[in-house]
Amino acid sequence: MSFFGLDCVRKKEREVERKIRANDREYNSTFKYATNSIKTSKYNPFTFLPLNLFEQFQRIANAYFLILLILQVIPAISSLSWFTTVVPLVLVLSVTAAKDAIDDINRHRSDRKVNNRKVNILINGKLTSDKWMNVQVGDIIKLENNQFVTADLLLLSSSEPLNLVYIETAELDGETNLKVKQSLTVTGDMGEDLGALGSFNGEVCCEPPNNRLDRFTGTLTFDTQKHSLDNERVLLRGCTLRNTDWCFGLVLFAGPETKLMQNCGKSTFKRTSIDRLMNVLVLFIFGLLALMCIILAVGNGIWENQTGSEFNNFLPREENTAFSAFLTFWSYIIILNTVVPISLYVSMEVIRLGNSYYINWDRNMYHARSDTPAEARTTTLNEELGQIKYVFSDKTGTLTQNIMTFNKCSINGKSYGDVYQQYSGERLEITEETTPVDFSFNPLADPKFLFYDHSLIEAVKLELPDVQAFFRLLALCHTVMAEEKKEGWLQNTLINLFLTYPSSQHQSLCLVGHLVYQAQSPDEGALVTAARNFGFVFRSRSPETITIEEMGMQRSYELLAILDFNNVRKRMSVIVRSPEGKLSLYCKGADTIIYERLHPSCRKLMEATTDHLNEFAGEGLRTLVLAYKNIDEDYFSEWKQRHHESSVALEDREEKLDELYEEIEKNMMLIGATAIEDKLQDGVALTIEQLAKAEIKIWVLTGDKQETAENIGYSCNLLREEMNDVFTVAAHSPEEVRQELRDARLKMKPSTEPNKFLVPEVILGNTPKLVQDESVEGEYGLVINGHSLAFALESGMELEFLRTACMCKTVICCRVTPLQKAQVVELVKKYKKAVTLAIGDGANDVSMIKAAHIGVGISGQEGMQAVLSSDFSFAQFRFLQRLLLVHGRWSYLRMCKFLRYFFYKNFTFTFVHFWYAFFCGFSAQTVYDEGFITLYNLVYTALPVLGMSLFDQDVNAGWSLEFPQLYVPGQLSQYFSKRAFMMCVLHSCYSSLMIFFVPYAATYDTARADGTEGADYQSFALITQTCLTVTVCVQLGLDLSYWTVVNHLFVWGSLGMFFILTFTMYTDGLFRIRPSSFAFVGTARNCLNQPNVWLTVALTALLCVLPVVAHRFFSCQIAPTINDKVRNKMREMKEPAPRPRHPRLTRRSTRRSGYAFSHAQGYGDLVTSRRFLRRPATSRSTAFNSAGRSPGFKPTGRSAGYSPVGREQNPKQKVEPTSLQKFRTVIDSSF
Amino acid sequence: MKNEGESSERPDNTAFTQQRLPAWQPILSAGIVIPGFLIIGLAFIGIGIGLFLTSQTIQVLEGPVFFYYGLSNYYQNFRKYGVSTDYYQLSGDTQYFKSPQDSCSPYSYDSQNKPIVPCGAIANSFFNDTFELYQIINGTKKLVPLDGKGIAWWTDYNIKYRNPTLVNGSLANAFDGTSKPLNWPRPAYELDLTDQNNNGFLNQDFLVWMRRAALPQFRKLYRRITEGDYAAGLPAGNYSLTVHYNYQVLNFDGQKKIIFSNVSWMGGKNDFLGIAYLVVGSLCVVMSVVMLIVYAKFKFSEDDV
Repeated sequence: MSFFGLDCVRKKEREVERKIRANDREYNSTFKYATNSIKTSKYNPFTFLPLNLFEQFQRIANAYFLILLILQVIPAISSLSWFTTVVPLVLVLSVTAAKDAIDDINRHRSDRKVNNRKVNILINGKLTSDKWMNVQVGDIIKLENNQFVTADLLLLSSSEPLNLVYIETAELDGETNLKVKQSLTVTGDMGEDLGALGSFNGEVCCEPPNNRLDRFTGTLTFDTQKHSLDNERVLLRGCTLRNTDWCFGLVLFAGPETKLMQNCGKSTFKRTSIDRLMNVLVLFIFGLLALMCIILAVGNGIWENQTGSEFNNFLPREENTAFSAFLTFWSYIIILNTVVPISLYVSMEVIRLGNSYYINWDRNMYHARSDTPAEARTTTLNEELGQIKYVFSDKTGTLTQNIMTFNKCSINGKSYGDVYQQYSGERLEITEETTPVDFSFNPLADPKFLFYDHSLIEAVKLELPDVQAFFRLLALCHTVMAEEKKEGWLQNTLINLFLTYPSSQHQSLCLVGHLVYQAQSPDEGALVTAARNFGFVFRSRSPETITIEEMGMQRSYELLAILDFNNVRKRMSVIVRSPEGKLSLYCKGADTIIYERLHPSCRKLMEATTDHLNEFAGEGLRTLVLAYKNIDEDYFSEWKQRHHESSVALEDREEKLDELYEEIEKNMMLIGATAIEDKLQDGVALTIEQLAKAEIKIWVLTGDKQETAENIGYSCNLLREEMNDVFTVAAHSPEEVRQELRDARLKMKPSTEPNKFLVPEVILGNTPKLVQDESVEGEYGLVINGHSLAFALESGMELEFLRTACMCKTVICCRVTPLQKAQVVELVKKYKKAVTLAIGDGANDVSMIKAAHIGVGISGQEGMQAVLSSDFSFAQFRFLQRLLLVHGRWSYLRMCKFLRYFFYKNFTFTFVHFWYAFFCGFSAQTVYDEGFITLYNLVYTALPVLGMSLFDQDVNAGWSLEFPQLYVPGQLSQYFSKRAFMMCVLHSCYSSLMIFFVPYAATYDTARADGTEGADYQSFALITQTCLTVTVCVQLGLDLSYWTVVNHLFVWGSLGMFFILTFTMYTDGLFRIRPSSFAFVGTARNCLNQPNVWLTVALTALLCVLPVVAHRFFSCQIAPTINDKVRNKMREMKEPAPRPRHPRLTRRSTRRSGYAFSHAQGYGDLVTSRRFLRRPATSRSTAFNSAGRSPGFKPTGRSAGYSPVGREQNPKQKVEPTSLQKFRTVIDSSF
Repeated sequence: MKNEGESSERPDNTAFTQQRLPAWQPILSAGIVIPGFLIIGLAFIGIGIGLFLTSQTIQVLEGPVFFYYGLSNYYQNFRKYGVSTDYYQLSGDTQYFKSPQDSCSPYSYDSQNKPIVPCGAIANSFFNDTFELYQIINGTKKLVPLDGKGIAWWTDYNIKYRNPTLVNGSLANAFDGTSKPLNWPRPAYELDLTDQNNNGFLNQDFLVWMRRAALPQFRKLYRRITEGDYAAGLPAGNYSLTVHYNYQVLNFDGQKKIIFSNVSWMGGKNDFLGIAYLVVGSLCVVMSVVMLIVYAKFKFSEDDV
């Protein structure tokens, strides 16, 4: 909570350095450090009302009405009773206040929950369980396994050897791989000794609270010795302790001063383009209001001068015309206030909220496997979903499942993996019904692995040497680590699983393989798992040996060398000695690379394999070529010697090693090729196709490698063979990048040459200019790597880059950093004036999700960070098409219709006063009864329009998906723009003229059927009121294209309500209670029984509406929009849209290489070093498994970092977000 | 995951949540719009003809004849004029006889600070000309009986306005301690010297005046001619109208008018509605023809979606 005063004081005494003495609360309390209780709530019961009202009146609309209210109590200008403003204002304020109160109660609740968590604190040498909120800086606390870290701690000691602890930082950065922290030896020696810990009096001197998660500096003074402290020694709040029985820590920062809390900055408040347009329009409306009032004030001045002064006999009043005009100005401000509709903002919020609920409720966006429904986390951005022009997508985990499956292979010129019809020989599509190969002969087989071609298993059983060599290579040549699980442990885990995740029972049951592989790249994992199932089980490795089980026989190979992978080599090899003593080199790598190093005798096989490789590549599979070579013992020992020399060389070690590798990896014998499918999320290709039809441009921004990204680009149809060209920008200097971009652009559009000079001009302009869309003949793709992107994003080149990129159909940026992702988004936002959407699943996507207009997080997976900072979240990329093409389009349509209609009805209402002014001496006489003025917006017209904006759909969901082109008008903001607004104003002008002048003319000099008064003020008011209500109601009916029961109820109900309330308000009873307020008594009875009144109403309504009908009919006939066409088609079909049925995308391409590998350098050294072979005794999470049906290997983590403990994706991670993350503090600016 | 019960997060499958509510989806197709315009047009022409003929049949001299006075350039709809009245007073609440509402100012108290009843500008500006109509038959004036009963709204007479309860059986006593409006020649309880029941706030002329007009040019009912020889209308002949001129209109550039008229089922004579209906109806018919032509010419084919 911010009391301004307090804040100021605190800021003055900004901490420069933090001094803490362990176990000395007295000393520490002198510094007034924050305690560990956090407070994210804004109000308490006493401050709620004043603070909330203060906040609400900061909104211009509310403040405006407050001013109006003040004006209304000034008798000289009060032209309307105060209640006409008070009633709506109070309603609006209380609705908002109620919403704020509920939010704050939730915040209180979550604060309380977090603050009341229990932790063991060491007080006076004894462990006492206390609440989190009572933890203070300087306390020593004990954490146990799987507990959240209470505050920012200095790690003192732990249960693990070497004083290590393992933590998971999912809540901080979204990475679920474990990280290791280690305490100082001097503190670690205290171990669990409560006495030693209790008397520990080390003094810490460290940096003041800040938000740098990756940095910490400080010193610990203990026993007169100074020890330096860094990030390695610190556990941050928000982490979770894993695989560590216990640890002790000294609290450094608590509560709001922890790095987590310091990081939870106020999220930027996103506003939709409609919001921004509204701000402009509201200013315009204020201008219009002022203009009207000035006209009327001047009119009053003139009138008073000419006519009014002579009327003084009957009504003595202000003599000074100027002053009278001045008062009139304010009086008319009050009367015409309805042009600035107070209920507009509230209604907009309600509509957005309603449309958000539809997203939450949509079963078509519910993912059954992970039991995740879609969620609209921000409820204020819906209509923006209907205007998306650019989609920025992450790759891993978003487009792909990050699951690799070993799909096909080619062994000795024979291709395996396809299933053929037994008799006709026709290739069959693999579906859920296809029977997979039965691996039951192999007790070590991984049951999740599915393979459908039975001929391969036959070949293995026949012990064909090629096939055996193939799988032997896969089992030997890798950097995977194996881990055997004990039975008992497994059972325990399963029982736990039943208790914790009842819904995932049968998934976990099928997990019986107790050999677990830890692979740093999912590709490798898939390959080793394939070998395992085909009887070549990799069991374990030591730095010197690799133990595998070949068809049930355990064999231990001596590992002599690992020739590690890197980006240039694009291959890796191992040199092993078989139990028989034979020396072999096994190599796998990119086809082009390996082919150059094959023995000439393989030529024939190469040809056959190449065919297969092309076939695999064409299907979007990632391919690797496998080769081996037998090595001569003497040669090897000599080579080994040189290798050793090189590896200790001080100069050019890399080059020398590369040369050596090069030397030995040649004349290899080809075995075959593997094809791995980087499994796309379901329906990705179709979704991308749909979005492309909706003219949404998709840019893939991935941290992955170029090859992998390109490969995925092809397999999800972003890049296509038919494309005229796919430009690859991978240069190392700004000039080269510029040249490559320019070349690409000129190739796409040679005629842009002269425009080239326009670019500097644009840059010189102070205001950001817009880059126009340039149409290009043909389809092009652009692939740019992170290095080049860094140059391309520099201010001198960003426009060049943007121009080129926007001409391309597809843009793929690979190897980009999270920051670059955000920069790309910002670039497009800045110069394209288009609405952007970013979709991602990991912590590295957070920046882009926050930068884009709309951020979408993929939920139901590891990490919460992306979801927590997103505006919408769902489980599968394919839901994006429904979110945009159905929900987004509808939301936008509804909002626009709502706004158009809302302005129309309010302007029409208000303009009638304007016309009447010319006939009532500009005296600020209202046309309508005050009761009507109060109720018009609240009761008579509120629900029908709300019903329209909650239920309307021009075409249903099926048709929306069938014709993605329907989305285009939203991108062009066609439904509501300044132009549309002006049309509204003009339309209202016309309608108000009709509504005023038709009753005027009809009642002029006339009487009722019994000769008594028929043209009195009260009758006239009632007639215009009726005309107005009926007209806007009919107009609504015309706008409404989807009449559900609710709409009928609202429309007819409101119309009925008008008559009921009108008669009620004009009854004797109410008049008796308060004659001055209900002076219209009897008017309804005397007026509405006149046939000419009804004829007038009918004439007015039709005069207002028929031109609109005619206009719509003509525009629909002469220049039909896409909506008209689809609606017409729909009407003719009289059937719901056919379920979209798309043939499976078949790609027959001639792509040369499908090489892509997500492997990173450096793991060869790792697996041969002893250090990493030590692993913690238990690893509880490995048994969790999300996608039970999905075959293949589950990666340990999406990040490149190697996780020492295998931790697979959880089906639904119940990570409790901290309260701050749950509630985004939103500072709502004006409007 | 086939078991519904297990998946707790699955949204409900209702037509509402899935936005599949059955709905009527009208489309402005040619098949509806063109006949619609035609039908509306024809109907309007029909109504228009009826209205126009009705309006034309209204004759001045066929009974019952209504006698109106008209004022122009008179702003009864001026806001401050309109609020300058006290409905509590007018509904007979004697409490407000002693202290009229502020809205009546400056016609709340007279110079002796006595409360004015009825207070306010509307009452004060009560139209107080009187008229006598004579038919001149052979040089002699024959008084045309004027009926002043029931010229105000029934609701005004019976509900909205009430006299204060009589004090000692006298209306005048009820007005004790109050002053008459400045412009009035006589106090409220002596408005009609001929008919005791037509006094106070329930005076018909007063009620008619208090129902203020919507526009600066208006007419108000003065009398009905329903009796005697004139029940069927004013026979042709010479008439003479005596005006007891009390009400000043010249000083505000206004005009006074006397109108004799009868009414029909659609009220007083007003050609506007009839003509408007005819015009709008004809336009609709024309429009439907234009639409038909446009439709025939531009009708878009189905397969260009």
